[in-house]
Amino acid sequence: MADSGQAAETRRSDGAAANSEIAAAFDDGPAFIPYLAVGDPSYEASKAYVEALARGGADVIELGLPFSEPIAEGPTIQGAIVRALEGGMTPELFFEFVEDVDVDVPLVCMTYYNLIYQYSPPGSDERGPEQFVARAAEAGISGLVVPDLPAEEADPLRAACDEHGLDLVFIVAPTTEGERLQSMMERVSGYVYVQARLGTTGAKSDVSDQTDRSLQRLSEWNVPKAVGFGISSGEQAERIVASGADGIIVGSALVDIVADGVDSEWSTAETADKLEAKARELAEGATRGQTEPAPSDE
Amino acid sequence: MSTDHATDAEDSPTKAADGKFGDYGGQYVPEALMPAIQELTDAYERYVVNNEDGFMDEFRQRLADFGGRPTPLQRADRLSERYDCDVYLKREDLLHGGAHKLNNALGQVLLAKYMGKDRIIAETGAGQHGTATAMAAAHLDMPCTIYMGERDINRQRPNVFRMKLNGSDVKPVTAGRGTLKEAISETMRDWAASVETTHYVIGSIVGPHPFPVMVRDFHAVISEEMRTQVREQTGGLPDSVVACAGGGSNTMGAFAHFVDDEDVNLVAVEAGGSSLAVDEEKGVAPNSASLSTGDEGVLHGARTKLLQDSFGQIMESHSISSGLDYAGVGPELAHLVDEDRVTPVAIDDDAALEGFHRLSNTEGIIPALETAHAFGYLEEHAEELSGTVVVNVSGRGDKDLQAAIEETEARDIPNAPDMSMFSEGI
Ligand SMILES: Cc1ncc(COP(=O)(O)O)c(C=O)c1O
Repeated sequence: MADSGQAAETRRSDGAAANSEIAAAFDDGPAFIPYLAVGDPSYEASKAYVEALARGGADVIELGLPFSEPIAEGPTIQGAIVRALEGGMTPELFFEFVEDVDVDVPLVCMTYYNLIYQYSPPGSDERGPEQFVARAAEAGISGLVVPDLPAEEADPLRAACDEHGLDLVFIVAPTTEGERLQSMMERVSGYVYVQARLGTTGAKSDVSDQTDRSLQRLSEWNVPKAVGFGISSGEQAERIVASGADGIIVGSALVDIVADGVDSEWSTAETADKLEAKARELAEGATRGQTEPAPSDE
Repeated sequence: MSTDHATDAEDSPTKAADGKFGDYGGQYVPEALMPAIQELTDAYERYVVNNEDGFMDEFRQRLADFGGRPTPLQRADRLSERYDCDVYLKREDLLHGGAHKLNNALGQVLLAKYMGKDRIIAETGAGQHGTATAMAAAHLDMPCTIYMGERDINRQRPNVFRMKLNGSDVKPVTAGRGTLKEAISETMRDWAASVETTHYVIGSIVGPHPFPVMVRDFHAVISEEMRTQVREQTGGLPDSVVACAGGGSNTMGAFAHFVDDEDVNLVAVEAGGSSLAVDEEKGVAPNSASLSTGDEGVLHGARTKLLQDSFGQIMESHSISSGLDYAGVGPELAHLVDEDRVTPVAIDDDAALEGFHRLSNTEGIIPALETAHAFGYLEEHAEELSGTVVVNVSGRGDKDLQAAIEETEARDIPNAPDMSMFSEGI
């Protein structure tokens, strides 16, 4: 990362420290951040899959907590969410999964606001962001991404994240410019999720030049920039890191493997092996993209 | 007859300019859509609220010339006799297209033109909003794509053909149960990819700000006319205004100019479906009664009352009428219910079907199955009615004839005609 001097000031207006595990994941070389929906197609299988991603070189893992109306997702991840819900995934099982899964990289929860808004811990009547974040922190979640929660509506969740030491990652879209970009960059912590193209999630074969423009707009901001939406190959990962990204986020290309496994009735181990191989391809691509060694943060 | 003390029809009902109705409303959308929503908010304030460039004048002129406004307010003599009060019908079924929907569709497509957008997308449930949008888009020469749940396409084939006749592209949505909820999600996905050139014409007072206030303002012409007409015909204000409520656009359109008249009862009739009970296990609520039974939550861009399970997953709703079959409701209506200003009532499928037959065979008006719920209310709550009762006839039933044949045959509806011709053939 370049010019790390201002990072701390630009991240948090209230001065609370960002989750240090996530910050550390960007320290040596570009971060590879895979996504899978938890419970797709079953609790046990997705546990094996997430562990395979860690073996394949994940630096952070985004775990999807499935919501019935995922408006930001394309058909691939919608399919994963349907399978996970049909497999019985619930917020409480999700947190048990986080406690249970055997990986030692930071875990970020990606979900929609209604599940956070409605969350109440077992045996309690209280609902809402504070309860959700407290439980997430206890389970070992390091950060949250909530695609239907723009910065304007995020204050209650941000307060809860600050209190429990979680990062709240915002998505910067190709349409985010000017003052909106500014106010978002002042509130973001952990990393910014740079949306590579307009539209919903889904693997694409080209790399959008919207990505380059977005990275340029963000170049003066010092928070790590992770690019996602449509990355599916090691070459794309390489190219995106070479154009200035600090990390890459990959969801649909991995979920496609899970879906193929379901359709072709592969064993859990077989699917896990393919996921691990794909993860390695992407992680290595990202590393190749970094032409010079990363300047250290000091 | 209640006393006539409050606002005049000329007063704009525009409220909640910040997009919040109490705790409801807001803008819970993906970041990619935020700039478009801010652009729309700006356009709404300039053109709709402040009539910049004569936008509202052009809108009203087109509603008259193309739409056929004003629609009549008609006394229903047989129903008045039956319920021993004065029942009046606001005939939105006579608006071009056969439902209130054109008010909003024409307003939004025209606004999209003023904003320089060159493509229209919309979702539709019953197909009424889809047909209204397709008509408005053809009238104003804009390309248009309509998303419609697969199940609804099968329930509403004539409307699908109408959209196609008007030159729109109809895209089936196969996710979930293939009804309105899925169609809205899918249209939002299209918008997220096309937002720079495309306007999303949402079909009810739902979604992120400014949609709920903007759609209400376009439909407020219903209560504006109603207010003048009922005064001309009765010399005062109505005692009650009754309208069916899915998302609630005909409802808020009929209520908007009476909200400040505390003496006018406002009754929102929801779909009680087959039962108000909920099957948590299956995630199904066999009704669409979000005002009566829903909990606060966030769906499709707004905080409102929703049919959801204890985890916050949205339930599959049900109604005999696809236009009411939705798990959410407009945030403004949810707020007015919490404030005790609007009374929500749930009417089940059977009572709605009876209402459908009653209006057809006593008054010579075949209502939409959505509208029929309001007539189910009159029958079931007859003892509560008094004075002047205005019912908003939100649409006509031509689109529902096939469904009405099937649903009537499948049930025991006392006031239905002899159905043997249909079940046995001649
Ligand atoms: C005739 C008619 N009435 C009512 C509705 C319900 O919509 P809203 O509650 O927004 O008025 C519909 C929806 O399609 C409709 O077609």
